[in-house]
Amino acid sequence: MSAANLVRRPTLDVAADGALKPRAGRPAPTAAVIASAAVLALIALFVVWPNLFTGWDPIRSDVAGSLRAPSAEHWFGTDRLGRDVFSRVVHGARYSILIGIAATAIGVTGGTLIGIGAGLSGAFVRGAAGRFLDEALTRIIDVFSSLPAILLAMLVVTFTGPGIGNIAIAIGIAGMPLYARVVRSQTMIVVRTDYVAHAAVYGRSRAAVLVEHVLPNALTAVPVLAAIDIGTSILAVSGLSFLGLGPQPPTPEWGVMLAEGRDILRIAPWAGFFPGLFITATVIAVTIVGRWFQRTADRRIA
Amino acid sequence: MSAVAVEAPRRARVHPVLAVLVRRTVAGVIVLWLTASASFWTLQLVPGSPVDILAGDLADDELRASLAREWGLDQPAWQQYLDFLGRLVRGDLGQSYVQRQPVATILADQLGSTFVLALTAGLLAVVVAVVLATASVGRARVRRGVLSTLELVFVSVPVFWSGLLLLFVFSFQLGWFPAAGAGSVRSLVLPAVTLALPTAGLLSQVLRESMERTLTEPFVVTVRSRGVRESLVVWRHALRHAALPGMTVLGSLVGGLLGGAVITETVFGRPGIGSISLQAVSNKDVPVVIGVVLLAAAIYVVVSTLLDLFYTFADPRLRGGAR
Repeated sequence: MSAANLVRRPTLDVAADGALKPRAGRPAPTAAVIASAAVLALIALFVVWPNLFTGWDPIRSDVAGSLRAPSAEHWFGTDRLGRDVFSRVVHGARYSILIGIAATAIGVTGGTLIGIGAGLSGAFVRGAAGRFLDEALTRIIDVFSSLPAILLAMLVVTFTGPGIGNIAIAIGIAGMPLYARVVRSQTMIVVRTDYVAHAAVYGRSRAAVLVEHVLPNALTAVPVLAAIDIGTSILAVSGLSFLGLGPQPPTPEWGVMLAEGRDILRIAPWAGFFPGLFITATVIAVTIVGRWFQRTADRRIA
Repeated sequence: MSAVAVEAPRRARVHPVLAVLVRRTVAGVIVLWLTASASFWTLQLVPGSPVDILAGDLADDELRASLAREWGLDQPAWQQYLDFLGRLVRGDLGQSYVQRQPVATILADQLGSTFVLALTAGLLAVVVAVVLATASVGRARVRRGVLSTLELVFVSVPVFWSGLLLLFVFSFQLGWFPAAGAGSVRSLVLPAVTLALPTAGLLSQVLRESMERTLTEPFVVTVRSRGVRESLVVWRHALRHAALPGMTVLGSLVGGLLGGAVITETVFGRPGIGSISLQAVSNKDVPVVIGVVLLAAAIYVVVSTLLDLFYTFADPRLRGGAR
């Protein structure tokens, strides 16, 4: 075994001749990233213009044509009420994707605000009051993250009742601790940096320092986290819908369709197979694109 | 900084394990109290009085008044809150509005089934993750690519879909396992596999990342230079170093297993915490909902305390006292 084989370095940064590759520049998207972007583009088209893909009404039932296997006429077959499964999958994208994005937006906004509050109160509010505020907010974050997201969301749904807006709020609240933690620690780091101290010395007001220096630098990680988190939110939304806590039938939401497909799994497996396939494909595509986004952002920061 | 830590006199002669235990217990009690208070006050605001749930459709004023008196719902909210806390301290979670049974009894009846499912799935996930991570670390690109794609699929597949697929193939087509029910070992296989997949995918990613970092460290060069076989380097040295980051995520994975169990139980029609909490949420059976939430929080507190203790044993650097 030669000496070169003994030392295994991370392959990413080492070229074939042993020289370090330059770290500058945006890495070229791989084939997987391009394919994922294509999948997401297709799903986005489902969301904005479902009628481009299908002429079937996703709600109208046709009992005479129920439980048909996939065919040229009904690409994904029909369900128990004779509704076209392909049409329901296409129209359902609107619910599953938009609720997932809304939930992420709620989680990002709420979590960021709590995180900034906790991070700043330690530095800007002098003395015991600041420490107490930071401690209290941190404990609240602790409480929220002590519960599994799905149980926390169920607690919120008990309060609000099932429904589209309500599960977006529920999953958004369940997502807040992630952002709150990251933003809190970043804010605390940035507030103690020299450039913030310099800006204060040069006479900028606290509000100006906050807006010009602290926030832009404390929030750099948030978009990257959010991009990957959209996938998790879509999973959680369809999970709650599957449990019957989200949009109610006959809404063609993917989780609702899977719950309906469960009952006829033995005789019409296609009714549950295709919505699940689309959830999985969407989440994988979001994760791959999100990770690529993360890698490019990491390079910029480094 | 480490030099300072070495020179600093030990502040107290408390055993480090005891110190961790005391600190975590205090923090745990605070988390449980906050969780209980938050869920009490949130659910206090639920539209509609609990008396509606108790009385059903018999909207007789006299009956409603007597029910409110009997359940202590005619008291002001803060009085109810103090009663609630007082009962919690004595380990009494209250009575279910719907089933008219102590919440603790209801939970205790169903906990076993969920515990067995989550534990089996957790162990399975650890085995699968270790196999995936050790098989892919530092190997050829193709094999690595295939295995990490598999991980990504595991993490992204919703359990209610993978559950249905397994059910269709192994239960309906092949007839190897029963489609529903609980009690037998055979009925545990499909739910446990379903629940294990996302956890295994996540854990495997963490393990491999940390093993890759370990394999670039100087001590691995030393080990290799002694002519130790590569498989032994991976299994004995890299895996052991990856165990600590692996344990860190295991804490959050326990929460994930518990949440996933709720859905998995619904897919496979298994009794357990999942079906109780679903019923409680749709019936607005507030005491049961609070009971489930507190149970989950208590599990989190216990697991994170155990993890902290484990670190103190596993990593001597943490025995210095204050972090």
